[in-house]
Amino acid sequence: MRETLRVALVVAEKDLRVELRSRTAFISAVTLAALILLVFNFARDAAVVSREALAPSVLWVTLAFVGVTVLNRSFAVERENGALDGLLLAPVSRSAVFLGKYAANLVFVLVVETLTVLLVVLFFGADLRGTLGAILATVFLASAGFVAVGTVFAAMTARTRFAELMLPLLLLPFLVPPVIAGVQVTTRLLAGRPVSEIAGWLRILGLYDIVFFTLGLLVFPSLMDE
Amino acid sequence: MSTLAASPAQRAIRRGLVLTGIGLAALAGVYLLALQFTPIERFQGLPQKIFYVHVPAAWSALLAFSLVGIASALYLWLRDPRLDWFAESSAEAGLVFSVVMLTTGPLWGKPIWGTYWTWDARLTFTLLLFFLFLGYRALRGAMHEPGDRARYSAVVGIMGLVLVPFVHLTVYLFNTLHPKPIVLKPDSPSLPWEMLRTLLVSLGAFTVLLFGFVTARYGLARRSAEQGEEVGRGD
Repeated sequence: MRETLRVALVVAEKDLRVELRSRTAFISAVTLAALILLVFNFARDAAVVSREALAPSVLWVTLAFVGVTVLNRSFAVERENGALDGLLLAPVSRSAVFLGKYAANLVFVLVVETLTVLLVVLFFGADLRGTLGAILATVFLASAGFVAVGTVFAAMTARTRFAELMLPLLLLPFLVPPVIAGVQVTTRLLAGRPVSEIAGWLRILGLYDIVFFTLGLLVFPSLMDE
Repeated sequence: MSTLAASPAQRAIRRGLVLTGIGLAALAGVYLLALQFTPIERFQGLPQKIFYVHVPAAWSALLAFSLVGIASALYLWLRDPRLDWFAESSAEAGLVFSVVMLTTGPLWGKPIWGTYWTWDARLTFTLLLFFLFLGYRALRGAMHEPGDRARYSAVVGIMGLVLVPFVHLTVYLFNTLHPKPIVLKPDSPSLPWEMLRTLLVSLGAFTVLLFGFVTARYGLARRSAEQGEEVGRGD
């Protein structure tokens, strides 16, 4: 168990170090988020829909697309120079590799998502005073499960043709429950509704996380068989 | 391939075609029964007849998708290629029935609801399921190595099976929180006997058709695997 966690940490650290050294993916992801927000602004009739009213929907749609795009990168980098083969040749458990990739993906996605939330505040005037912490916690809760699904799917699609097309195709249906719950919770938080109204949605998000994290851990080794 | 005349694949194809033939004959019977021997519904009129095709198609699609999930889970456990061929065949048959469901639905919805599409929970749910299996099919099409393809698609099949309750729960909660005008539902429990009879016959016909399609497609998948070539390879 301790060995698994140690290997997972090494894998995660390696991924994050690659990211920190180049920063290309990170900067591109945040720019993509900003661009999606910009496009959204023109997709609304300013006279009919206020930007504040649109903020929760904009936030979650942007998070969904940026999340999928970011996850694509996770195994695409491993494919170059046959790095994945090297990783799989190492005498470590596949579950540890999954945990490491998952952790790195989650950290990366969460950092990008936090910045996206701030960009929504900036561009769509959402008033987050007092609710910023709660909204970031919801984003985390909504991401933990879909990043697990995304890590599994990215490992598969990286080895297919049209990887960049295949991952969104497979992953977006899995984003529907977190996005529905996320929008519901965010809308209520922004409207200052009592916690009792969002408790059910948060429970669904938590359950989704537990179920898909466990499932990812179980099925990932069978993807890496040769 | 006369040398393969008695192979299991060939037998499956033949059995599938026979079942499909029976299913198609039964379907013709359903049309006759629905149009000639079932009363016209008082409020909806003729469009209600779509019900006898739409509901059984939905039933077959959902049944097929459940079979994909179960076969996928069994495949990862037993690693028997027959389970993979079966999952592939069920997914494709399920897609065919989904298309029937998703085209007959709007055709009925336009005259009765006044719109081809609404984001009703049940509609959203089935549409998402359709996309899920379209993704499953696309993934299979993008892969060549049979072993990898079987394992990868089995993982998607299992994940999809687990996703279903979550989608179901969230779209229904979403829907109840945003009430819609009362919709006319054809499947009220007080269905007159003649209508129920036609529906049951149609359910039977569609189930036979599903198994006919799956069996024939299974035979094709098996034959192409045995010949070491790919069937339905993407571009």
